Amino acid sequence: MLDVRDLHVRFGEAHILQGVSIALGGAPLAIVGRNGMGKTTLCQAIMGMIRPSEGEVTLDGRPLTGLPPYRIARQGLAIVPQGRRTFASLSVHEHLKLVSQGRGARWTIERVYETFPRLAERRRNGGTELSGGEQQMLAIARALLMNPKVVIMDEPSEGLAPVIVDQLIAVLRALPKDGMGLLLVEQNLRVATEVAPEIAIMVTGRIATSLPAATLAEDIEIQRRYLGVAAGGHH
Amino acid sequence: MGLAAIVVLNGLTLAALYFIVASGFSLIFGLMRVVNMAHGSLYLVAGYVGYRVFEPLYDADVWWAWYAGLAAGIAFAAVIGALLQALLLSWMQGQELRQALVTIGVSIIVADQVLAVFGGTPRQFFAPDAIFGSTQVPLVGGYPTFRLVQIAVALGVGIGLWLLLNRTRLGMMIRAGVDDREMLGACGVNVPVVGVAVFALGAALCGLGGVIGSTAQPLALGQDGRFLLISLVVVIVGGMGSVTGTAVGAVLVGLAEQIGQALFPTYSVILTFVIMATVLALRPQGILGRG
Repeated sequence: MLDVRDLHVRFGEAHILQGVSIALGGAPLAIVGRNGMGKTTLCQAIMGMIRPSEGEVTLDGRPLTGLPPYRIARQGLAIVPQGRRTFASLSVHEHLKLVSQGRGARWTIERVYETFPRLAERRRNGGTELSGGEQQMLAIARALLMNPKVVIMDEPSEGLAPVIVDQLIAVLRALPKDGMGLLLVEQNLRVATEVAPEIAIMVTGRIATSLPAATLAEDIEIQRRYLGVAAGGHH
Repeated sequence: MGLAAIVVLNGLTLAALYFIVASGFSLIFGLMRVVNMAHGSLYLVAGYVGYRVFEPLYDADVWWAWYAGLAAGIAFAAVIGALLQALLLSWMQGQELRQALVTIGVSIIVADQVLAVFGGTPRQFFAPDAIFGSTQVPLVGGYPTFRLVQIAVALGVGIGLWLLLNRTRLGMMIRAGVDDREMLGACGVNVPVVGVAVFALGAALCGLGGVIGSTAQPLALGQDGRFLLISLVVVIVGGMGSVTGTAVGAVLVGLAEQIGQALFPTYSVILTFVIMATVLALRPQGILGRG
């Protein structure tokens, strides 16, 4: 579905992405790595929020590179950005109305409220009057309601309580049933390995290696080398 | 008592005009972060273009002459505003100083073009019979009907803007765009088109003010600078980008101007700026401005 070929991003002298290639099919793909390795830049470059200097992004064969974010969104890509970026001036319900595609779509406002009952309770609250977990649910709901072919999630578990993280994992594992592709960027190794069968590890702007989730979950040596975590990835 | 009531009513009618003009300025700044230094030029152009349409119809004794002039002024200002954003300012999105300088350039060009095309003669619309003459107001006595209409129009603009921002899809997009333009784009919204729509709307409001204002008082070169300055003061006092704040600012400035002229005519001009300086010193974001 989503193909990224040899993507480079430069900010002046800094070469942030140094030729990233990934291919996302029906199954979720997770990208892990330490801070500052270029994961967020990769998400933003795919979504058109940052202009890549070289390389190509295609969705079902159609080129997305160089298009403005709104046209990339209309081609079927949605993003749950780092820091959630919910709108302070819009209520929860207005967030959903803004992107809702009406009754015929797979994800409707009703389905969002069934899946995230907490959002239904807080439908009149402003987008920044919510707890971290609620904001995350809202940011995810906002992306799902666009009924994208592929959703990019940039550290959705960041700052969430363990109970909420379990709920998040359940929501993410259910996405392929809707035929939705998922590119998941995570620092939390447990979330990555429980959601995606395949994990790519990013080091200084490159995909250093790619391996099955089960292998990564067990291999403490790889975890230590690439991720700097002692064991298990629970932090 | 009667004199005081007249002065207050004069202040409120002036505030109504200031609100209509400044609300467009505030709307554009709120979403686009553009300090549109050509806002006063839109007032001037709307007045003169509206008058060009109005005059022959009025001479032909058509009852809708004024309304035609009003529609022409609003439409012309809206088109100029949309073109300004689409053709010039969109090229320098986010470069606030450059945009301000470009709009200053535009205002100079517009002022000269208005002089060349329409000449330097002051013009004034005649209000249609339905809203002309005088109306009895308690405490005041006979008061020009058109000035009361001015207040009604301002209330209509205020309520209309509130409904637009809080009850429509475009309003949702505008508010979301003020919060996070880039994220709004990532939600599939064509933000540049929303920007052009906002510019057209803000300019249309200024055009409305231009024709209304040129019915209440003469239209002449120099009004562009005056209304730009007033718009700046009103939104600085009330708070940038807030409709309610603009209303508060307009009422304060309008009242101050009229009360000042009644009590100490020589120094009344200073009063407006004393208010602005005080607000800037105590609450730089404006009375109702956000953080």
